[in-house]
Amino acid sequence: MGFITSIKMALRNIKGNKLRAFLTMLGIIIGVSSVIVLVAIGQGSTRSVTDSINNLGTNLITVNITTTDPPFSLDNINAIKKLNGVKNVSPVVSGRVTLKNNNEDTTEEVNLLGSDPAYKDIRILSVSQGRFISDIDMKFRQKVAVIGSTVAQNLFGNRSPIDQSLLINGDRYTVVGVLASKGGSMGQNIDETVIIPFTTAQRFLNTTYIQQFYAQADSAKRLDFAMLNIERYMAQVFNYDTDNYSVFNQQDVMDTMASVNRTLTLLLGGIASISLIVGGIGIMNIMFVSVTERTKEIGIRKSIGAKRKNILLQFLIEASVLSALGGLIGVGLGIFASELYGMATGTAPSLSLSVIGFVFLFSVAIGVIFGVFPANKAAKLPPIQALRFD
Amino acid sequence: MADEIIRLQDVVKTYKMGDHVVKALDHINLIVHSGEFLSITGPSGSGKSTLMNILGCLDLPDDGEYILEGRKVNQLKDNEMAVIRNQKIGFIFQNFNLISNLNALENVELPLIYRGWGAKQRREIALACLEQVGLAGYANHLPNQLSGGQQQRVAIARALAGTPPILLADEPTGALDRRTGKEVMDILEKLNTDGHTIILITHDMEVAQRAKRTVRIVDGRLYAGEEADHGIHHIH
Repeated sequence: MGFITSIKMALRNIKGNKLRAFLTMLGIIIGVSSVIVLVAIGQGSTRSVTDSINNLGTNLITVNITTTDPPFSLDNINAIKKLNGVKNVSPVVSGRVTLKNNNEDTTEEVNLLGSDPAYKDIRILSVSQGRFISDIDMKFRQKVAVIGSTVAQNLFGNRSPIDQSLLINGDRYTVVGVLASKGGSMGQNIDETVIIPFTTAQRFLNTTYIQQFYAQADSAKRLDFAMLNIERYMAQVFNYDTDNYSVFNQQDVMDTMASVNRTLTLLLGGIASISLIVGGIGIMNIMFVSVTERTKEIGIRKSIGAKRKNILLQFLIEASVLSALGGLIGVGLGIFASELYGMATGTAPSLSLSVIGFVFLFSVAIGVIFGVFPANKAAKLPPIQALRFD
Repeated sequence: MADEIIRLQDVVKTYKMGDHVVKALDHINLIVHSGEFLSITGPSGSGKSTLMNILGCLDLPDDGEYILEGRKVNQLKDNEMAVIRNQKIGFIFQNFNLISNLNALENVELPLIYRGWGAKQRREIALACLEQVGLAGYANHLPNQLSGGQQQRVAIARALAGTPPILLADEPTGALDRRTGKEVMDILEKLNTDGHTIILITHDMEVAQRAKRTVRIVDGRLYAGEEADHGIHHIH
């Protein structure tokens, strides 16, 4: 008996009992769609974490210094700048400050960052109005400020903030630039920050040493190399006492987050797969009922020349068609539900073709595997007994 | 006389019913020639059905030989039996045994499907067979849309579709009223006139009379009927 004829016959049997077919497929439908949705959400969140970490800067190395003895100074920063594989270095000092605009009618609590011109490139910032901190600002400890877009909006409304003055904890500064909006990521929101020259900030915050700096490797390939050079330099400065400083790069954080997310995705997908298997058991159950119900039909078919193989194939194909159909509906429902979830939460679930393909094939395989038992039972029925069955 | 088509030699079949052993067929000898119209009669429980199952290759004898068209078939495997049923035997059952979710045409096509024939060829032959039993206009009817007589005629068409050398009819009129039963018998008679070998199994003597030769089975033993001939041996 031809394969296509078998599929047609299976489809007709399914069509003849639509409600039961649907209920049989329900397990597979739910299983397939939940695997697709959960994996899509998991992968979407992995991607958004990766994006937000990348947003902080690429090839970024962060160094924190926890001691003031020996003090780490701008001379050290300049030395690191000259290390092999290092493209840019930028010292950072930060604090919480109160801002007032020149009319002194609006007050805001924001983060203050003291840094140098290199900070803009390292953190991939861009200026929407005016300019960023310059070397001359650094040299002369100019009282200039670059403000985030939210700060600009809150303090100056629709007026241009450029060349306006600004009170930082009561001290008067001139706004020279506004940063393009970038949004927050990983607990830092550059839109709600005010940046002033590093040298000015040191005086302002009354510190002379550097407690944190960012370095950028000149390429992703040389990231580890640059990091190694920095670590070696730091070790020399701090006399090999690694408790006094820490060096880490963005990739490490990203890898950790990605691995956590992967585990979570696998876990969710695994749980959903169990429902797929339960769906397969549902198919097996119904196929057994179907074999019993159709014992007479099997007898008739055998009496007119159906071989075991024909009967086996008929029931196997029927189980597979059921699960494949359920799989298809599940894929459709899964894609729909993922999009719906994305729209409802404003996130972007990541649907991947390979996952969808795999889940679909898995559902078909489940139909075949769980169809084997009942199909085999049907094929083995002795024809006389089957014919006598009512 | 025409060629010998069936030869049963000392065929024995026993069943166990608990501790009780029932001899359903007790050393049966039977020869059927090509083109014959033979009826096998007997009361219920006489072994009729068992004989029919063995003749139809649905079951194997415990002992003895069954030679069908010169080929020993009493020791065949499952699949080989299926091939014989498909190619050598056309079954006509008391309850028609049509597949309820297939229409008349598809039911008639079934033996050819298992023979692996193409759709177009199947259709042509199945339509011709339906026409032969006078149901040309009913190809798309499902069995439950047909009367009993019509269903039996579809079953006859199905039996004819594979052009088997033997038609095996098991109480073909048993589920029909007298008039339609007679119609079915007319068709069988006509098919015999056309050259088909027919073996009819029935408990109804009136139906059996329409066959050219009658044998009777009682308690698993075969006796020649009124028109007995040399093909039957009495065994006591």
